[in-house]
Amino acid sequence: MTDVVETETRVSQPRPDGLRGFASDWASDQRTFKNVSWGKAMMWIFLLSDTFVFGCFLLAYMSARMSTTVPWPNPSEVFALNIGGTEVPLILIAIMTFVLISSSGTMAMAVNFGYRRDRRKTALLMLLTALFGATFVGMQAFEWTKLISEGVRPWGNPWGAPQFGSTFFMITGFHGTHVTIGVIFLIIIARKVWRGDFDTEKRGFFTSRKGHYEIVEITGLYWHFVDLVWVFIFAFFYLW
Amino acid sequence: MVNIPSSINDPIPAAEVEDVELYHPHSWWTTYVFSQDAKVIAIQYSLTAISIGLVALVLSWLMRLQLAFPGVFTFIDADRYYQFITMHGMIMVIYLLTALFLGGFGNYLIPLMLGARDMVFPYANMLSYWIYLLAVLVLVAGFFAPGGPTGAGWTLYPPQAILSGTPGGQDWGIILMLSSLILFIIGFTMGGLNYVVTVLQGRARGMTLMRMPLTIWGIFTATVMALLAFPALFVASVMMLFDRVLGTSFFMPAIVEMGTQLQHGGGSPILFQHLFWFFGHPEVYIVALPAFGIVSDLISVHARKNIFGYRMMVWAMVIIGALSFVVWAHHMYVSGMNPNFGFFFATTTLIIAVPTAIKVYNWVLTLWRGDIHLTIPMLFALGFIVTFVNGGLTGLFLGNVVVDVPLSDTMFVVAHFHMVMGVAPIMVIFGAIYHWYPKITGRMLDETMGRIHFWVTFLGAYLIFFPMHYLGLLGAPRRYYELGESVVNPPSAHDLNIFITMMALTVGAAQVLFLFNAAWSLRHGKDAGGNPWRATTLEWQTPTTPPPHGNFGKELPVVYRWAYDYSVPGAPEDFIPQNEPDPENRSREHAS
Repeated sequence: MTDVVETETRVSQPRPDGLRGFASDWASDQRTFKNVSWGKAMMWIFLLSDTFVFGCFLLAYMSARMSTTVPWPNPSEVFALNIGGTEVPLILIAIMTFVLISSSGTMAMAVNFGYRRDRRKTALLMLLTALFGATFVGMQAFEWTKLISEGVRPWGNPWGAPQFGSTFFMITGFHGTHVTIGVIFLIIIARKVWRGDFDTEKRGFFTSRKGHYEIVEITGLYWHFVDLVWVFIFAFFYLW
Repeated sequence: MVNIPSSINDPIPAAEVEDVELYHPHSWWTTYVFSQDAKVIAIQYSLTAISIGLVALVLSWLMRLQLAFPGVFTFIDADRYYQFITMHGMIMVIYLLTALFLGGFGNYLIPLMLGARDMVFPYANMLSYWIYLLAVLVLVAGFFAPGGPTGAGWTLYPPQAILSGTPGGQDWGIILMLSSLILFIIGFTMGGLNYVVTVLQGRARGMTLMRMPLTIWGIFTATVMALLAFPALFVASVMMLFDRVLGTSFFMPAIVEMGTQLQHGGGSPILFQHLFWFFGHPEVYIVALPAFGIVSDLISVHARKNIFGYRMMVWAMVIIGALSFVVWAHHMYVSGMNPNFGFFFATTTLIIAVPTAIKVYNWVLTLWRGDIHLTIPMLFALGFIVTFVNGGLTGLFLGNVVVDVPLSDTMFVVAHFHMVMGVAPIMVIFGAIYHWYPKITGRMLDETMGRIHFWVTFLGAYLIFFPMHYLGLLGAPRRYYELGESVVNPPSAHDLNIFITMMALTVGAAQVLFLFNAAWSLRHGKDAGGNPWRATTLEWQTPTTPPPHGNFGKELPVVYRWAYDYSVPGAPEDFIPQNEPDPENRSREHAS
């Protein structure tokens, strides 16, 4: 099925510190980022590209919000929940943010235990991360339902600029899709960790390449990125 | 392991790149169709791109027929004319040029020229092609959808792009167009990540970044740019799709259409223009930089001389790539903007001319006193320099606000961008196909047919686009279905239009000859051998031609020198391959 071409692999030379080290990496052969695997390099570059996607979405939203001639609905009022008779502003969003940030913590722990080859803890922490992510998406679905029932549509809303609804659904929808994809990946990788695929170097179903525990970290990179994007959405959409 | 002589003063470090796991196919399907081999994917990309490009070529003939003989071809009505314009532009820029340079040449040349077994993620690479093919099919579906493809112009400016007055605006046309673009970007990203990571992390021993052939530098820089520029188009496409399908108002201001107030309101059409051109201007260089890189190698090989100022060439490319992200609004001078912004964007635009001019000087200086072989790739490279300088100079005209405003939306602009990003890159593509066809197939393309093809294409393309400058200065507007008898269309201009159409049909016919040549030479071409051009780069040093899956034999090549050791004094031959150790170290590498 597959065939490994063996080349002798050695540890790279010790590298000078600081700017000289940076220059020697870029001037060297074979690899620019020493000791960075292909998968990790790819994820970083993908995230850079994805940053531009979210950046364009947020800039488009900001330009719409700043140029609108009708009032922009007040997020503190729109995103308030009535708890025990008082309107608590942004309470749901605060909980969502807390859950998502916590999931970054469990993800970081999963990466740590992954490199220690602790299959059980790694898999459980990844599943916990996925659970937090699913909770986040679930609360987002609740928020969407609430807004839709109050009459918010992509093309208009009862309180002001129609761009409020369109940017809200577009940006949170796009971010929610990212979280959902992350949850799916977390579950798939957690299953592989649980089965011990990375100890036996079992080959991937599609790529027929050997798996390594590093994939936990790569999934983590994606997960932290999705969290970070949420922080920006939270700041620019809800707190503005 | 290759035993490395210790006398070389530039020691080759030990292998540090991880082992490559290749997926070896077992059936016909996984060898030729769902192949994970970058070379097969490259050929699939190229054939798809060329096929859809032929559709765009035919569309250009139909437009030219209408302009030369208005009213004669009754099936070309105004709506169809705009559909032809739109599809011609979009196909040529994105589905032909971007896909062919990056998906085609990128896939074929990056692993071979860097001494790698394959791209780093062959499976994602394969997916990239299939999503690209899907994008092309969705695009083509526009021709068969009710109402036909979109006729919004290749820039798809809202609000007109999604209104009922524009062909496809309230039908399927615009929806299919935007969906196709979104698919293309997703597919491209999968391939693009591969190209970038392969260049950064998958090179052979001894292959430093500053030893890479300029072809790879061009493709690499363009791919990085594409990964950062396509997101803007992605976002713009998604938002316009929502405007059209969900009734949002991202780009749609309050509009009265046919006496009815539409539901839209409060959106900004200018926002779309900013997003579009933040992609659109880098896109020009996404097409141009691979062409710059490839033409540098063609000139060096066929003039038997090292490229003049290699480091300068590399940095010029990187600087062009960076600057191209801060010039986009020069496409929007007539949209209205603060004069200070106009000043800023005019300045950055003109600054790009500096690294670009450095490149042109270096090409000419490489030719200077070289041993120039007027092979077909060299002819096309020379044709590129001429057309590129021409189109580049008119770009300086259009970069200035005061000159651009009267010339905007005239045939002068059409002449400019066809010269600089139509004809010039196409010249390089042809040169590159003549250059690498022997490696891909093992046979040479026929020389006589090639020469006819070159001269008809080069002179013909010049005769098509050069007169358009005059039409533009006369005031003839672009994108007009017919001009009739008007001040901007005197009988002499109309005669010129007929002449241009004749030339367009002639150049089109020459491409049929090229296609015939490519098919005929597959069986009957002269046997090429492994290195017919006596070139130094690694793709010519493969053990067999065409290269097998995995590219090289059991041992990967080890690189001892840069890619431009031609006519080195004292060397036994007039070229030294990159993987040839030379105890006397006669390389010219450090002289550059």
